[in-house]
Amino acid sequence: MNRARLAALTRSPQFWPLAVLAALLAVNGLFNPGFFSLAWRDGHLYGALVDILNRAAPLMTVALGMTVVIATRGIDISVGAVVAIAAAVAASLIGGKLVIVDGQQIHAPSVAMPLALLAALAAAALCGLFNGVLVASVGIQPIIATLILMVAGRGIAQLITGGQIITIYHPPYFFIGAGHLLGLPFALWLVAALLALMAWLKHRTALGLFIQASGGNPAAARLSGINARGLLIAVYAFCGLTAGIAGLMISSNVKSADGNNAGQLLELDAILAVTLGGTSLLGGRFSLRGSVLGALIIQTLTTSIYSLGVPPEVNLVVKAVVVFAVCLVQSPELRSWLTKRRVAA
Amino acid sequence: MCARRSRAHAFFTDDPRPVTSDTAPALLELHGLHKAFTGVAALVDARLSLRAGEIHALMGQNGAGKSTLIKVLTGVYPPDAGTMRLAGQPIRPGSPQQAQALGISTVYQEVNLCPNLSVAENIAAGRMPRRWGWIDWRAVQRSARSALERLRLDIDPGRTLGECPVAVQQMVAIARAVSLDARVLVLDEPTSSLDETETARLFEVMRTLRDAGVAILFVTHFLDQAYAMADRLTVMRNGRTVGEHRCADLPRLALVEQMVGRSLDAGDLAARRAAASHPVPLLAARGLGRRGSVEPMDLDVRGGEVLGLAGLLGSGRTETARLLFGADRADHGTVTLDGRPLVLHSPRDALRAGLAFCPEERKTDGIVAELSVRENILLALQARRGVFDHLGAAEQQALAQRFITLLGIKTADAGMPIGQLSGGNQQKAILARWLATEPRLLILDEPTRGIDVAAKQEIMDQVLKLCDAGLAIVFISSELGEVLRTSQRVVVLRERRKVAELGLHEGHDALDEQRVLRIIAGADAPAPARAGAAA
Repeated sequence: MNRARLAALTRSPQFWPLAVLAALLAVNGLFNPGFFSLAWRDGHLYGALVDILNRAAPLMTVALGMTVVIATRGIDISVGAVVAIAAAVAASLIGGKLVIVDGQQIHAPSVAMPLALLAALAAAALCGLFNGVLVASVGIQPIIATLILMVAGRGIAQLITGGQIITIYHPPYFFIGAGHLLGLPFALWLVAALLALMAWLKHRTALGLFIQASGGNPAAARLSGINARGLLIAVYAFCGLTAGIAGLMISSNVKSADGNNAGQLLELDAILAVTLGGTSLLGGRFSLRGSVLGALIIQTLTTSIYSLGVPPEVNLVVKAVVVFAVCLVQSPELRSWLTKRRVAA
Repeated sequence: MCARRSRAHAFFTDDPRPVTSDTAPALLELHGLHKAFTGVAALVDARLSLRAGEIHALMGQNGAGKSTLIKVLTGVYPPDAGTMRLAGQPIRPGSPQQAQALGISTVYQEVNLCPNLSVAENIAAGRMPRRWGWIDWRAVQRSARSALERLRLDIDPGRTLGECPVAVQQMVAIARAVSLDARVLVLDEPTSSLDETETARLFEVMRTLRDAGVAILFVTHFLDQAYAMADRLTVMRNGRTVGEHRCADLPRLALVEQMVGRSLDAGDLAARRAAASHPVPLLAARGLGRRGSVEPMDLDVRGGEVLGLAGLLGSGRTETARLLFGADRADHGTVTLDGRPLVLHSPRDALRAGLAFCPEERKTDGIVAELSVRENILLALQARRGVFDHLGAAEQQALAQRFITLLGIKTADAGMPIGQLSGGNQQKAILARWLATEPRLLILDEPTRGIDVAAKQEIMDQVLKLCDAGLAIVFISSELGEVLRTSQRVVVLRERRKVAELGLHEGHDALDEQRVLRIIAGADAPAPARAGAAA
């Protein structure tokens, strides 16, 4: 490949996230020879790669919702709490009881499962709607507006669960976070569907243009006749909905709902994923693929730290160092500085 | 001063009062300053001379170069060429801090202090008196009190600044500037947010400082205030200094004439296109107004007609345009379109009704810099079609290409970020955004500001062609000649109210420049208006 084409490639917005992900995977492959091997067992695909994808599913979901919020110059730090609320609603409705009928143990759900799922997602979307109204109609700064629900949300979740960790006994519910479809984890199909839906909305409707215009220059967007208020409310509500989906995945995976700890610090990982993916916190242009890549980088990093046997005490430090390096690599200032030095030398 | 008259002076060969040649030495002398931003000249041979112990007004329309001149003077921008001398010594401040150290302090239009700190902290900020390495709070209070006393101000130094009225904050900003041992004090539109008593108080402070020997540069767009306060004044237009006068020697009319410029060719007026406008107004506003913005007024706009809004900066031109487009919500009056009532709660309502608005501030209200030229062009049309009636990629490209060709937008391709285009081409793209919606009424607020002459002409030609095709246009420009050449009718605004409406149908000399100038200046108002304080 010649130089010009290489230069053009490095300017592509997804180049650096992809390069970082590839490097992380390569390091894993180097230290763990079986890392790339995939096996087909019991009609399921197994392997470290599938495992990483599966574990990253909730983060990818939340990061996708966070992407559109950040594109409007906003931020939503309540998504972790909304995850807990959605999980609590689903678990408390469906949790089920161990009843003994005719001498047999039966797990009876309290409410029909579709109804419980719908209620959980509606609660999450409602949380997002609340954020959106605070930001768009009341005019509170996004970080403060969503801070309210970040703090209060955990309380609400614990009220719903009665301060307990609710264990879920209804096996069909486990399919969302632990089931398989066509050999792949079901959660991955959910993420793929979400990504496809959002890509369709971005490119085949005017939503992508409106969101990027509102984020890029809110005054100009308003004067061009865009309904900025409605758009903002919809975007926050959508972000809440994605947090709700992640809440279902997480509670289904661990078969319980913990109002206090479900989705803990997920908001920060989601913001980080969006940033790693190349979407600016200043709003405007956004990249859905980039955010998915960002989420995968974070999860790969976490997994490799464990699998490479880095002592758990230092794993947060290692994570921070890698994230710092990724941010540096993506900084145009640093790159132009390096190029200049190279030319000078 | 007269040795090198710039070309702009050719417009004023019959200037009634040439530059006074006082012999008092100047404290600050700016000479031949040039400054350009990405090819657009903001200052062309600008000059200024300030004496110790005088109040010197700097007058000029939007985009005349006042702000740029101040920013060059205070070290925000380096000049491209020219000299600056303070007390005879050449200076070249590289930053506002360096300018302050030289004794040049500035109080900006928006008070830029810290509202959460106390008055005393604000005055001392950045140069806190210290004792053994710790901040000496008593000295802070003491020096603040003495700075306020110097201006004969009775303000508690311990009060939080944000709790004080804006006028007091302005005084504190001045006290801070003066306590830096300023020899030159620049006041940029200091009265724009003050009421009458507050203004009077500010003027007292200004006089105190003048008597103490400070040279004050007073930037204002209020003629009355300039005449009431200033000893001399400098007029700027299109980046040039077009005149320096003793206030007593310059009649208001001559001042306004210098500010708005005179048309190059008076014969142009007679050769104007015949008014082929529709007899029934397309849009009619009755008693339209907004408290604190513009007084209620009636306006009619007809199809195929250009309605010009004339007036000085701050006369309410832009505010009127924003009301007509729903960008600000009117609290008075009604608007009808084709005789049917029109509710204008947001630009969205206006867009749906077939109105279009090219705003004055291209950067902050017009372009979305990181989006492509294509996306910027189709933004309003897509907003009108809604989220799901999406223009396909091919349609988008064809639409963008059509306007790029039609308006001669110079861009590598339609996918280029609009922020990388020159100002004139950005302006054309914003015009394209609105033409793409096929509007019935187009409001143009300073469409030709800050762009080069050729692009200016092209834009006006396009607009007039559309007008001939039946489009109604509301046209706002700081260049009076441009307004008079373009419009069939002109509404004159002064002090946020409509003071006159003049039309070609009244006869050919209805839009005579001298007559309009007199109305703008308030020297010959057909409607009752507040009399000037000093003329």
